[in-house]
Amino acid sequence: MKARLPQQQIPVAASLAVLLLLYGGGCALFPHFGSLRVLINLFGDNAFLGIAAVGTTFVILSGGIDLSVGSVVAFTGILVARLVAQGVAPPAALAIALLLGALFGGLMGLLIQAFDLPPFLVTLGGMFLARGLGFMVHAESIAITHPFYDGFIAQTLAIRVSSRLSIPFTAVCLVAVVAGATALARWTPFGRNVYALGSNEASARLMGLPVARTKVGVYALAGFLSALGGCVATFYMQSGNPASFVGLELDAIAAAVIGGTILRGGVGFIPGTLVGVLILGLIQTLITFQGDLNTWWTRIIIGALLFLFILLQEMISRFARRS
Amino acid sequence: MGSWIHLVFWLLFAAGLWAARGRTVFWPLLALGLLLLFNELFTPGFFALEVRGGHLYGTRIDILNEGAKIMLLGLGLTLVIATGGVDLSVGATMAIAGAVAAQALVAAHLSPGLAILAALVAAALAGAWNGLLVAVLRIPPIVATLILMVAGRGIAQLITGGQIITFADPVLGYLGNGWFLGLPFTLTVVLLAFGLTALLTRRTALGLFIEAIGESETASRYTGLPARTVKFFVYVFSGVCAGVAGLIAAGNIHSADANHAGLYLELDAIIAAVVGGTSLAGGRFYLAGALVGALLMQTLTTTLYALNVSADVATVPKALVILAACLLQSPQFRARLTRRKSPGAA
Repeated sequence: MKARLPQQQIPVAASLAVLLLLYGGGCALFPHFGSLRVLINLFGDNAFLGIAAVGTTFVILSGGIDLSVGSVVAFTGILVARLVAQGVAPPAALAIALLLGALFGGLMGLLIQAFDLPPFLVTLGGMFLARGLGFMVHAESIAITHPFYDGFIAQTLAIRVSSRLSIPFTAVCLVAVVAGATALARWTPFGRNVYALGSNEASARLMGLPVARTKVGVYALAGFLSALGGCVATFYMQSGNPASFVGLELDAIAAAVIGGTILRGGVGFIPGTLVGVLILGLIQTLITFQGDLNTWWTRIIIGALLFLFILLQEMISRFARRS
Repeated sequence: MGSWIHLVFWLLFAAGLWAARGRTVFWPLLALGLLLLFNELFTPGFFALEVRGGHLYGTRIDILNEGAKIMLLGLGLTLVIATGGVDLSVGATMAIAGAVAAQALVAAHLSPGLAILAALVAAALAGAWNGLLVAVLRIPPIVATLILMVAGRGIAQLITGGQIITFADPVLGYLGNGWFLGLPFTLTVVLLAFGLTALLTRRTALGLFIEAIGESETASRYTGLPARTVKFFVYVFSGVCAGVAGLIAAGNIHSADANHAGLYLELDAIIAAVVGGTSLAGGRFYLAGALVGALLMQTLTTTLYALNVSADVATVPKALVILAACLLQSPQFRARLTRRKSPGAA
């Protein structure tokens, strides 16, 4: 039990240090990097990734993996855009998309649970399926033009900070989801069951915990959060595109891992995922500010960070086992 | 003359099925046969075969040619999966190999032989990186290879400077587009790779080692098997297979496209291995099954294109194939099926 505490907290502390280092470095290098606008955009621009990454974190905590995130986000986007274009009221369209997302995730969870299939293969199938279904909804990008989007979401729901600066609704969604998910993971039976399932499925079953229900629930929750990420992405992009967000699942996994969630499951911290998302966002912002570096550096740096944090986790867990 | 060629083809296929009866490869072969039969009946022009300038042309030949990349990746992945692992980075490794070969030719003015060697060394290094993470650092394979899957395309883009590098080299071009004995040269490459792999794993104890490690790494280490070394080299092998596939992809279009070379092929290759009967839990593998599985995937893709299904929507039936293959491998699902067939047996 003694080794448990540092094992959980060292990665989160390390990622916080990286976050501060990146932010401080950015402020020192570029004159406008420290402005409030950059900070607000960091939250607003990465909201869809953050929300999806929270879902991925739950799945990894339960000892599984979800590769369908990017496809589900894209599917949700094009579905909402198509429905709105055909005259469905946006709130109804969003509700349909969220319901479908939860259903889709739940079905994958059911397959994984009922037939003991490897999660990565089932969600790989889900990734293909959602991507193809998105193209069946509409093969090209659709712009969303509706007063609900232009006025209500973009103006009314944004929090005005000054005459020229406001916090977008997407950033509010991100913070709310992270807060809600943290509470869900820490203070509800479902959250505790997820941790127990990820630590050791066999002993969770022997303890009489509802393993089957929890597993299906975790994938349903992840599907729901992916769909919510897709909805938030439509607020941000004002359009839906079936070809978008390829590889988002990798960013989501990277954010969870960098945020201290251990890939074997059972150990992790939801706010850590927010830190991970902000680190990924800061790397993107830094590369944009720098100007000369090409976007492919983003992938390499994310890969390198992912490697470093996995290495850190391995070292910590080995150290903990020894002591 | 068309009809007797059909007859000979189907007789040969039936003979192949008969020869494979009772083996694992029978089921994917049967699925391939059914898919081909569907095309025979419903897709006009699918079975057309003609000889032009000493080369065979036809949809079946295209499937063999296009499927070559999946077959090569499938060979490497089959061994990786047999050790209980998986390699998600093979598509990115293809892009790296293509990029290295193109830059070696265009920027470094190396001879084609050296360019191919450089590309294969780069691919082997990529595999060695995965092997290091999995075998030495003991990182779960999905995660370990995910790192290269994320960063690999970035590295390939770094090598090409973000451009599509075109080259006119005839040797690499032959690798991608050449003809040998009236058939695409890629087929020769696949058969050579298959022969070598089968020889190495089935005529020596290596295959047994791999299966033992997939069954239980701890137990195999206690019996004195060099489990870590075998695991490491299995990933190197997968990298080299991906490198050859990357060279074929680059040679085929006379250019290195870091963004699209091998995109999603890792998925086709994993499905090919699983459809071929290799257990995802590790412990047994079927090289011939992987080849048939790869042809099945490619035939499915080609059939969908022939039916005017767009490449984007074609992912839906592929997803269903993955799920079907998963379900058929699941003991619970099999138990449920047999229970339904024979109530009272359980």
